Amino acid sequence: MSAADDRGPDPAASILPSRDFRDPGLVFTVAVLSFLACIAVIAALAADRAAQGWARQLSGSATVQVRPVGGETGAEAAARAAEAVAGVRGVSEARAMDRKSAEALLEPWLGKGNIPADLPLPQLVTVELAPDHPATSADLNRALAAAHLDATVDDHSRWMADVRTSGDIVRLSAAVACLLIATAAGSVVAFATRQGLAARRDVVEVLHLCGAEDRFVAQLFQMRFAALATRAAAYGALAAAAVGAILRLTGGSDGFSPALPIAWTDLLACLAAPVLGALVAALSAHSVAMAILREQV
Amino acid sequence: MRYGQAPEVLRDIDLGLTPGSFHFLTGASGAGKSSLLKLIYIAARPSKGRLRIFDHDIGTTPRTELPFLRRRIGVVFQEFHLLDHLTAFDNVALPLRIAGQRLEQYQGDVIELLEWVGLGERMWAYPPTLSGGEKQRLSIARAVVTKPDILLADEPTGNVDHAMALRILRLLVELNRMGTTVVIASHDQDLVARSGMPVMHLEQGHLSLHPAAGPRSYPEDPDSLAGAGFL
Repeated sequence: MSAADDRGPDPAASILPSRDFRDPGLVFTVAVLSFLACIAVIAALAADRAAQGWARQLSGSATVQVRPVGGETGAEAAARAAEAVAGVRGVSEARAMDRKSAEALLEPWLGKGNIPADLPLPQLVTVELAPDHPATSADLNRALAAAHLDATVDDHSRWMADVRTSGDIVRLSAAVACLLIATAAGSVVAFATRQGLAARRDVVEVLHLCGAEDRFVAQLFQMRFAALATRAAAYGALAAAAVGAILRLTGGSDGFSPALPIAWTDLLACLAAPVLGALVAALSAHSVAMAILREQV
Repeated sequence: MRYGQAPEVLRDIDLGLTPGSFHFLTGASGAGKSSLLKLIYIAARPSKGRLRIFDHDIGTTPRTELPFLRRRIGVVFQEFHLLDHLTAFDNVALPLRIAGQRLEQYQGDVIELLEWVGLGERMWAYPPTLSGGEKQRLSIARAVVTKPDILLADEPTGNVDHAMALRILRLLVELNRMGTTVVIASHDQDLVARSGMPVMHLEQGHLSLHPAAGPRSYPEDPDSLAGAGFL
């Protein structure tokens, strides 16, 4: 009597062989796809957060550029403009920007200390708008005109449109990437199912002879590949979450970078990968198996 | 019947199996024995003519209903067609699991049946560890576990010695006594002759019937199989 003779009945004994030499390759491929999908989602969430933050900042402020007229100096004109717009309803604060602050804005392009003292700089007034009922650029223009100032109001609407468009592009790109990855995963599982059915033709034949319906046989392959995909997707999701966590830790409270402010909550998106992986694999395996089985007698 | 564009392997077959009958199916290699059995266990469809099984015209029966007809037909193969990764117990239990039974429903029947075919001590062994005779008896147990109306055996004694062939034949005869219609395709002319059972002979795709030759001359099984109580 062999060691196997000590076994008892196993109601859950897998009708399909539990191991196949093709499994490691499939697990690796699905794990990589799951990793890429999770990274795409994490990056999209972070980029979306950055875009929303920028849009919030831009929509809450405006800039007035003042051109002095007559004998008035630039600083005097800016101070008058700040005073004029500060009284407009919907403006929280208006402040004339001093030369030092204006030079700081140019430093990224010209370098620190490279700005000549006699370089004429635009006279700017930064305006903070009330969050509930912000003043419009028309309101500010009217106030400036009433104060007889030659000034231009920039309410950042052009930049906001760009930022919003960028956010939409990032979201759409992530969705397309996830869709493509899911399709690729489905195709990989479909291929594996075809291979599995071909390799297990003997088992399928025995099952049919024993009176198995196509649905029963397809479910065996569906369960098998769903289980494999769940495991593989979990590996990929874990790896992506680890990478996300490292980037978050590296970047501190601001996340990886101002353009990619990863939050801890973004990593929760990885939890969906095993579930979606199982779903895609199950659907793919079931439909392919049913299609192949229907071709038989 | 033909496979694809190949020449016909069976032609002008007019066969009706009486419930409870026992037939040997003989013929040279390539005569179409396996093809005829395939038609009966609905693994193939006739390219021409009508095939009626259990009052169902197989040509018009929806594909989704065929599995339920197949459950009433047990098949034993020369090559056994066992699943090597399942124990003897699980191999026999397979048709019952497919039919939706739970372990507590089928456990007793399967154990009893394995004991009946002489594999009570080997029920947790895997097929690769079994001898040819044990595999064939396991294959018979799997074929009859659903108490089929028809049992088809394709060269069931082809891979076993003569003593084991007689033992297997006794099992099949005993099943027939219990009401199962049995058809055995066999090359073993000696076994066929000694059984004294009616013979269907295939030659170049044509079937001819020969009535029972006379009383059997193989030794009776000392153990009454009916006493096992399974069927």
